[in-house]
Amino acid sequence: MKVELRGITKRFPGVVACDGVDLSVDAGEVHALLGENGAGKSTLMNILFGLYRPDEGEILLDGEPLAAHSPADAIAAGVGMVHQHFMLVPVFTVAENVMLGVEPTGPLGQLDRAEARRRVVELSRSYGLAVDPDATVEDLPVGVQQRVEILKALYRDARCLILDEPTAVLTPTEIDELMGIIRQLAEGGRSIIFISHKLREVTAVANQITVLRGGRVVGSTTPADADEQALASMMVGREVQLVVDKAPAEPGDPVLEVEDLVVADDRGHRVVDGVSFDVRAGEILAVAGVQGNGQTELVEAICGMRVAESGTVRLAGDDVTGAGPDDLFAAGLAHVPEDRQRDGLIGTFAVSANMVLNQVRNAPFARGLRLNRKAVRQHAARLVQEFDVRTPSVDTAASTLSGGNQQKVIVAREFFHANKLLVLSQPTRGLDVGSIQYIHRQVVAKRDEGIAVLLNSSELDEVLALADRIAVIYRGRLVGVVDRGDANRELIGLLMAGAVAEAAEVEPVEEEEVTVT
Amino acid sequence: MTTATDAPTEPPAEPVADLGPSAEGPGARVLAWLRAAGNALLIPALALITALAIGGLVIIFTTPDTLNEWSSFFADPGGALRASWDVVYQAYHALWESSLGSPRALGRTLVEATPLALTGLSVALAFRAGLFNIGAAGQLVIGATCAGWVGFTWDLPAPIHVPLAVAAGFAGGAAWGSIAGVLKARTGAHEVITTIMLNYIAYYLLNYALRSDAFQPAGRDDLISKAVRDSARLPEYSLGELTVHAGMFLAIAAAVIVWWLLERSTVGFRLKAVGANPFASRYAGMSVGAMYVLAMLLAGGLAGLGGTVNILGRPSFSLTSQYYNFLGFDGIAVALLARANPIGVLGAAFLFGVLRSGSTGMQAATSTPVDIIIVIQALIILFVAAPALVRAIYRIKAGRGTGATFTTSWGT
Repeated sequence: MKVELRGITKRFPGVVACDGVDLSVDAGEVHALLGENGAGKSTLMNILFGLYRPDEGEILLDGEPLAAHSPADAIAAGVGMVHQHFMLVPVFTVAENVMLGVEPTGPLGQLDRAEARRRVVELSRSYGLAVDPDATVEDLPVGVQQRVEILKALYRDARCLILDEPTAVLTPTEIDELMGIIRQLAEGGRSIIFISHKLREVTAVANQITVLRGGRVVGSTTPADADEQALASMMVGREVQLVVDKAPAEPGDPVLEVEDLVVADDRGHRVVDGVSFDVRAGEILAVAGVQGNGQTELVEAICGMRVAESGTVRLAGDDVTGAGPDDLFAAGLAHVPEDRQRDGLIGTFAVSANMVLNQVRNAPFARGLRLNRKAVRQHAARLVQEFDVRTPSVDTAASTLSGGNQQKVIVAREFFHANKLLVLSQPTRGLDVGSIQYIHRQVVAKRDEGIAVLLNSSELDEVLALADRIAVIYRGRLVGVVDRGDANRELIGLLMAGAVAEAAEVEPVEEEEVTVT
Repeated sequence: MTTATDAPTEPPAEPVADLGPSAEGPGARVLAWLRAAGNALLIPALALITALAIGGLVIIFTTPDTLNEWSSFFADPGGALRASWDVVYQAYHALWESSLGSPRALGRTLVEATPLALTGLSVALAFRAGLFNIGAAGQLVIGATCAGWVGFTWDLPAPIHVPLAVAAGFAGGAAWGSIAGVLKARTGAHEVITTIMLNYIAYYLLNYALRSDAFQPAGRDDLISKAVRDSARLPEYSLGELTVHAGMFLAIAAAVIVWWLLERSTVGFRLKAVGANPFASRYAGMSVGAMYVLAMLLAGGLAGLGGTVNILGRPSFSLTSQYYNFLGFDGIAVALLARANPIGVLGAAFLFGVLRSGSTGMQAATSTPVDIIIVIQALIILFVAAPALVRAIYRIKAGRGTGATFTTSWGT
């Protein structure tokens, strides 16, 4: 289906989100919409999907004007959208989720589950979307949940599919699979609009690229005509350095020593199985692994958020196994959590309050029982400046900031007091190029101050850009610790997939408890 | 969950005074404060007006004489309207007269409002910590029982006896409230369930106690306790005809302390943090469980004080079996109307005191039943709980920060 957006303008109070945007996507084309957070990508797509009405401009589907007043209209016209945050009912099965809202019914109006299931199986077979139709959605990994979302759109006969930041939550392997699916869908004659700010993916999969900045189209190109560097500059509006400048590490004494650590997840499965490593002062050790291989639990155990079954953790020589977050904070550990909105911030609290969340009982913020609000504000004002947090004021509620600025609030708070060990979990997930670049520089700066940095990331690019050493975790075990100098994308990718591990390992990994993917 | 209070951000109101060149003057600060106060009061005020209007309709259609006039509406439309106006006017005039019309009435209103303010504070404080304290009623009963027992059993000089009885009331309520807090912290048991059940236990514990020799006056077998000794009664203060007891000052002091605790102390910061996002609070090293226990302990203590001022001050000095029921639940309504703001609780409690003390006068002056007041109270709460409804009626555009529906996050 050919999709044309002509002169789309959408104003919100105080801001023009889209300013006369033209976009044309042919049938069978993968069209990437590239831009930083706030560039207007999502607004534009929400207009196409009927969630917003444009103030000006028109939408043509195969030449026919579309007046979508609601997503229902858009879906009926053949537009499907896979949102960044999935819209699935966790306790329903895959088939139930797919048919929800358009359930096939029998002669008496009863639900025809068998028919729904049959069509789901048929669809997933013809597009290579391997999904068990009877699995409960909450038990599925994120990548498979996304396939369910795609199936939902296909089930409703979407001829134009919008994918909003589809790779933000995926692992490298899942991303590769998704790219394959996208290509196949396009070959089938569907038009695909792919929203992203990840340049590698865009250049890999798109036929056409449109770059948005500040609500306007600032460039239209093809992967053949523009490399990643050029696209990044177009997106940001200035020259961007994609590589992190960093001198070779000068590691000192071990700061974090982990020995034979065994950790179970919430369901009691052993997901970290005898892991030992150390991180020295002035180096960045990255734990790389496909999501769900135990790295989350490993980090939680180190940071006092989860009790280890056995093994020891030492911080600067002291045994801190089983210590709580409060004690670890006092011992010099700082931690940027994986889920920033849930674990890192209190959205309804002001930026200033979030900046002192873990220090509120310490001087100078506490004077006896009294909260020294002046000190809190001054501290926050300083950090806002130092870490370039874009906020109207320190009294602004944290939830109103953009994702990148929310992350900068957390980074500011944690980096400020990190004096021995800094633990970073997915520090740049979902952030735009500018913010990623900024946070990466800060991490390297911390390292150069002599802080030990433990980086937990499933972004291979990030691992390769920052790490001095890379520890690859697979099924709860470290399958290799590689110096950055000896590492390359292929080797780490193979280790993450467990390929080398299985060849190298003497004892076979026990299959029974840990399940991956 | 959201803390849908009048001040969504923290620290509240005062604009960026410490941030260098852009600092605004005190005038702007006062203006901002006034605007915030106006925003916070708009919905409750409109809710009150709407509730009174609907209450007026109910009065018209529950008064037999007026209904007769309406049956001859087409013959004499003016008569029907006049009769309706008269009956509503008389009812509300009597309501006004017997609640605020004279110093004596005002005193009665303040005495009625006092325990409501304390139970309102109890619910508001717990709510700010993310807990829905349905148990103010039970905590109030236990507090009143403890304070009453100290009041009629011991024989001490007043300067010792009064504080001791008050302390006992606070301690009893606090202990009762913290049971729910500990259950939540240790086992995750939902406080709505546990506090409701603890209410029943408290009522029947009191009933049981009222049958015992320790409580029952000699020679009686109905469910009423001995009267609190004079030495434990709250001192009364009079200004002309206006008489209040010390409980009112206790309630005002409690409101100020709760406000200070929530808005100016590190304890309040942590209570609110846990209420707003327990996950992030735990990551920041706060003990979520300890905060739940503390919040329920303080909330229970405040509700206990509500019972205490009721037993040690007017109107009654004896414990009875059903007397306290409504006070605890009206505390929820007061906190809701005040949007969990401690100072707002005082105003909301006063409004409820007006309605309560005015209702008897209204019934005496007109044939309007007291129950109408309950209907009006319920309507006020209904409109406050559904601000979107009030906005729709008065075509107010949703303002920033006041858009959250207060009740949606209760009980999660």
